[in-house]
Amino acid sequence: MNENPLKSENSPVGPAPVAKVENTFQNSAKVAALEVSTPARDLLVDAWYRLIRNKASVVSMVFIAFLMFIAIFANVIVPNNPLKMNSGKDYLPPVWIEKGPAGAAPDPRFLMGTDTLGRDVFARAIYGTRVSFVVGFVPTVIVLLLGTIIGMVAGYAGGGVDNFLMRFTDVMYAFPDLLFFIIIMISLRDTFIGNLGNGMILLFGALALVGWVGVARLVRGQVLSLKEKEFVEAARCIGARDSRIMFRHILPNSLSPLIVTTAFMIPGFIITEATLGYLGLGLRPSTNPTDFFLTSWGAMMLEGQVSINVQPWMLLTPAIMVSLTVLAFTFLGDGLRDALDPRLQGTQ
Amino acid sequence: MTTYVIKRLLWLIPVILVVSAVTFFLMHNAPGGPWDRDLSARQVDANTQRLLNDYYGLDKPLWRQYVAYLIGDFKDDGSFTCGAVCLNLGPSYRQRGRFVQDILFTPAEGKSIFYSQFGYSLRLALLALTMAVLIGFPVGIISALRQNSWVDYVSLFFVTIGISVPGFVLAIFMIILFGSRLHWLQIIPQSWDEVSVWIMPTIVMGFGTMARTARLTRSSMLEVMRMDYIRTARAKGLMERVVVFRHMLKNALIPVVTFLGPALAGLITGSFIIETMFAFPGMGRAYVTAITQRDYSMIMGTTLFFAVLIAVANLSVDLVYTLLDPRIRLSD
Repeated sequence: MNENPLKSENSPVGPAPVAKVENTFQNSAKVAALEVSTPARDLLVDAWYRLIRNKASVVSMVFIAFLMFIAIFANVIVPNNPLKMNSGKDYLPPVWIEKGPAGAAPDPRFLMGTDTLGRDVFARAIYGTRVSFVVGFVPTVIVLLLGTIIGMVAGYAGGGVDNFLMRFTDVMYAFPDLLFFIIIMISLRDTFIGNLGNGMILLFGALALVGWVGVARLVRGQVLSLKEKEFVEAARCIGARDSRIMFRHILPNSLSPLIVTTAFMIPGFIITEATLGYLGLGLRPSTNPTDFFLTSWGAMMLEGQVSINVQPWMLLTPAIMVSLTVLAFTFLGDGLRDALDPRLQGTQ
Repeated sequence: MTTYVIKRLLWLIPVILVVSAVTFFLMHNAPGGPWDRDLSARQVDANTQRLLNDYYGLDKPLWRQYVAYLIGDFKDDGSFTCGAVCLNLGPSYRQRGRFVQDILFTPAEGKSIFYSQFGYSLRLALLALTMAVLIGFPVGIISALRQNSWVDYVSLFFVTIGISVPGFVLAIFMIILFGSRLHWLQIIPQSWDEVSVWIMPTIVMGFGTMARTARLTRSSMLEVMRMDYIRTARAKGLMERVVVFRHMLKNALIPVVTFLGPALAGLITGSFIIETMFAFPGMGRAYVTAITQRDYSMIMGTTLFFAVLIAVANLSVDLVYTLLDPRIRLSD
């Protein structure tokens, strides 16, 4: 792919700096000038310009931004009250179907039809976005903080922390992830922690507990290879403190793999939440209109599967939403990986 | 090499201790117990519950129950029953009179091991893996050989879907389309002896693994294709067929082959949602049922089996690698 190492320098950041040197070998002068100008640009800025040239990533980013907007303003943009049970209007088909399997005609007010209790499926799916995005992002932040710090200390100082990290990883790898979540959710669901935020806090904790190991391992590996590099030695020579070396020299250099991992971690969490919800172990669907979280896509699929023949869109709407969201994050992650490490472009 | 294997196997002991301890104490902490009935049914009366608890040792302190499960315990009359170390996974609390190892591994009268719960799960996993390999390999190879062609883009699109969309969501789409709409396939079959009923669970389970196989094959092919020895092979005028099959594939498939062991273990242990959705008579569904019924010994036994299976599969990666690639040596 990247036979021409200068290709990435021709990105649309501005006119390529042309050397104003009177030289018969003008081309080589241009090349020389280009090479000098590169350090002026940040690695991440460079990666950003590579990223926005990737169509799939741009579409994904726009879609994710759109979903985020929906998630934040769910209470404002829902067409109907997602909790209101419209009596006599249960199992309505979506608007484009003239006659549902149960014989009911659609109501133009309910885009995706209604569920068992006559509640608007579309409005509930919009509220589900909220849960999925919060579950995607909040545990990720915890995992990144925990994992980075522990991984840094383990890789840099070694010894006890390092041993503990590696042993803990061995245990976590022996546990099928989902089984672990299921056991945690079942046993702690009815305790005090399990009731906080309709079960969301416990879910965050469980996801973070499993998730930080991967990040810590990744950071540890990065630190182990980076701490032998010359620039770290140089920093040590001029008397930089350990914390400065760790956070100012090593961390910025291991950012790329961290960013890519994060991009893939978010859809992973969203899937786990949907799966747990589908098993009836995620967020407890709420009936209190003042709650921030009302229902999740997983819970909607669970409710929908009994009505698979009567109103399949109870099941299809959240299933499509989950698929699209996860796909968008995956495409973005792929794009990020190509952008941050151009050597890998198109190979993974 | 032998020392390495022994070391890895010994290391399994503490891992299993921790895994079993976490499972044990969390499960016993869960509300409810194995004697609870559905709310609609008549509950087991208190006296019977006390006798049952006494009989199964559930009235003893938790740590002692844990030791009893793993190693064994003395009964009141002084007799010793051996625990999980003797491969005795304990009596099931729900399926009275049967031991967990019988439930998992003993098939129905007169049938082969493939008709036990483990056998069903194993067969489904093997079918899914076969599908994944038969489709994933060629797709990966072709899209690497035709990198950036439309074939590559189409396959990459499906591969991305397979990797990101979870199996149970895929199952929902397939059930609605082929079962509920088109009526091509049965969703809840009468018997699992027919071939057609295996199609949907196999495709659902195999799709993700297939996508991963294809992606891994493609990336490892692309890496090998840039090697000097491929250029050498071409330069000395070998036929393209020979270059691809003898020089590229042999090297490119090493990481893919090592991935198959853990993939199989993942398919066996990770199938419980799919098994539950299709009412499949395998280990995964039994496990979910055991969790909801608080069948402690069944949960423990299955978890232990899963943990050992995964550990062995991970060990197999290193061993197969040394067999296939002589450049790699395992350090003791």
